[in-house]
Amino acid sequence: MTTKDKTKEMKTSSPAKAQTSRSLISDVLLNIKDLHVWFELRKWGFRHAGYVRAVDGISFELTNSETIAIVGESGCGKTSLMRTVLLLNRPTKGTVTFESKVINDLKADDLKNYRSHVGYVQQDPYGAMPPFMSIQAILEEPLKINGVKDPVERFNRVKKALEEVKMSPAEEFMAKFPHMLSGGQQQRVVIARAMIMEPRLLIADEPVSMLDASVRVEILKLLRGLQKKHNLGVIYITHDLSTVRYFSEQIFVMYAGQVIEKGNVKQVLQATSHPYTFALLEATSDPDAHNATVQKEVPPGEPPSLVNPPKGCRFHPRCPKMIDGLCNAEMPPDFEPEPGHFVKCWLLK
Amino acid sequence: MANNAQYLLDIQELKLHFRTTKGVVQAVDGVNFQLKPNQAVVVVGESGCGKTSLAKAILRLLPRNVFHYGGKVYLNDLETMGLSDEEYRKQVRWIKMSLVPQAAMNSLNPVLRVGDQVAEPMMIHYGVKKDEAMQQAIKMFQHVGVPVDFINRYAFELSGGMRQRVAIAMSLVTAPALVMLDEPTSALDVLTQANIFNLLKRIKSEMATSFVLITHDIATSSELADRVAVMYAGQIVEVADAFTFFKQPRHPYSAKLMASVPKLRGNDEPDFITGQPPSLINPPTGCRFAARCPKRFGKCNEEPPTVTLGEDKVKCWLHV
Repeated sequence: MTTKDKTKEMKTSSPAKAQTSRSLISDVLLNIKDLHVWFELRKWGFRHAGYVRAVDGISFELTNSETIAIVGESGCGKTSLMRTVLLLNRPTKGTVTFESKVINDLKADDLKNYRSHVGYVQQDPYGAMPPFMSIQAILEEPLKINGVKDPVERFNRVKKALEEVKMSPAEEFMAKFPHMLSGGQQQRVVIARAMIMEPRLLIADEPVSMLDASVRVEILKLLRGLQKKHNLGVIYITHDLSTVRYFSEQIFVMYAGQVIEKGNVKQVLQATSHPYTFALLEATSDPDAHNATVQKEVPPGEPPSLVNPPKGCRFHPRCPKMIDGLCNAEMPPDFEPEPGHFVKCWLLK
Repeated sequence: MANNAQYLLDIQELKLHFRTTKGVVQAVDGVNFQLKPNQAVVVVGESGCGKTSLAKAILRLLPRNVFHYGGKVYLNDLETMGLSDEEYRKQVRWIKMSLVPQAAMNSLNPVLRVGDQVAEPMMIHYGVKKDEAMQQAIKMFQHVGVPVDFINRYAFELSGGMRQRVAIAMSLVTAPALVMLDEPTSALDVLTQANIFNLLKRIKSEMATSFVLITHDIATSSELADRVAVMYAGQIVEVADAFTFFKQPRHPYSAKLMASVPKLRGNDEPDFITGQPPSLINPPTGCRFAARCPKRFGKCNEEPPTVTLGEDKVKCWLHV
């Protein structure tokens, strides 16, 4: 595809067209339609050399007080999807609608205003906080940026945010610096910072993968509590399927830039239909001594390049149930074996 | 105390204390455990409990600020603590025992070809010629499932899983009886993780290697464990057979740790452990877990004895 085609395509997906009837219903918080995020590759600095198709045609709706878990291996595009929702990347094609407003091309003040409604919990809490700022300064920063001028109000809001993440006495923690806190406490501060502008949407990018097993559940329960209390929509990005069933309503399994299976927790975990989801579940261990006595079945090979993804189904080169002439020729559409459960796999034809 | 020769590795009262500006950190404080040939023991515990320091103490890879290093480490019949550093390097390291360090995939030398790195221990420790060492490296590559033509590549040209395989090949090339793995899969994807554990299981049965696996992830540790050792605040609080441990852990800390694992199958809601592990500078007297323990009672203010139950051990007043 040339650059010209790309711009043409971007033009055809005008905001007005993307406004579907569902997104006007008030409880739909985020509506993503046919989202593509492509990064251009260049040769010798200027010659076009293809695209990395990090996100390739994803659509979903997130309602208030709902958690969507996005599961996939590294390089499957889950971070690009998240960065697009935060508008750190712009969509190449498709629309992102937040509270029935298309946000694709927000700029300056509108963008600042939008971002104040979206909280972001990073993966590595220590890396996410400036080491030279106290906890109070870190938590005050979003308030200053968003024009809360009264220092007393700022202090009170910081205190409230810290108490909400169960860091008390709040005054004692406010004077500390990030390195003085344990990993779990650091992650709480990051959550407090994400929550301080009272966002409507929270994006948590592997919020517990850097933490100890014993505090993971504590942080996830805290997030769940905040969600219930503030009626938040949450996008929970993870590679760990075992936490998903306790902390989300919907599961999206991503592979090579596409959502290959989605549905509610029960549908995806109990009526698993895509061979890749099967492989992920098979590879996830529960503590059991019998595990040491058997070899696991793992699909061979590695995820494909996103520059030249395989023709047909993107999982077919690794799939144990590949149908020759179909899976390697034509991209499977979304089949719906039961209402709300979508699977991109020819086996369900 | 003489060593019982049925053990490959026998650690007695191992201590490793560090000097810091705030005081002496008792990172490893009197650790005892034994390992039979061709067994795998998993050391689990929260971060900061001394797991990595234990690996360093066993392999005598010490930083400069060591305050106290003592105890006995027997490898078969060899008492390694009595050896000088030079003798230790010549007789033990990489010949009897090797290490796959934490984040091994990022610890490969970026300016050496991976094949040369795998061949290097053979040349240094056994003094073989480069050609011969390379032959050995190629054999190792086949064994761990890295395509042979990768020997001329650099680390950055390989994926995370392949780099981890190279690091494992490096630790196995001299065919040591014991390999220590420090968090071998924590930075890898689920499928790669399963692949690496498949590989370790195969090596264990084909090469009769023993493993000490250090990790905080109990669920994946069960993929390799014959025995489980639970570490808390510098001490081993429970050592048990894997089948016993995963069914019914004895120490209250082990039970809490097991309950904090979210399970994919089964219905128990995961729970977390309240409070934080104690500082290792001034650890509490008596049982170190007492402050967070749901089953605490009067006696817990005194140092608990290590109770032997068959081959298993537990350091808790409840089992006296």
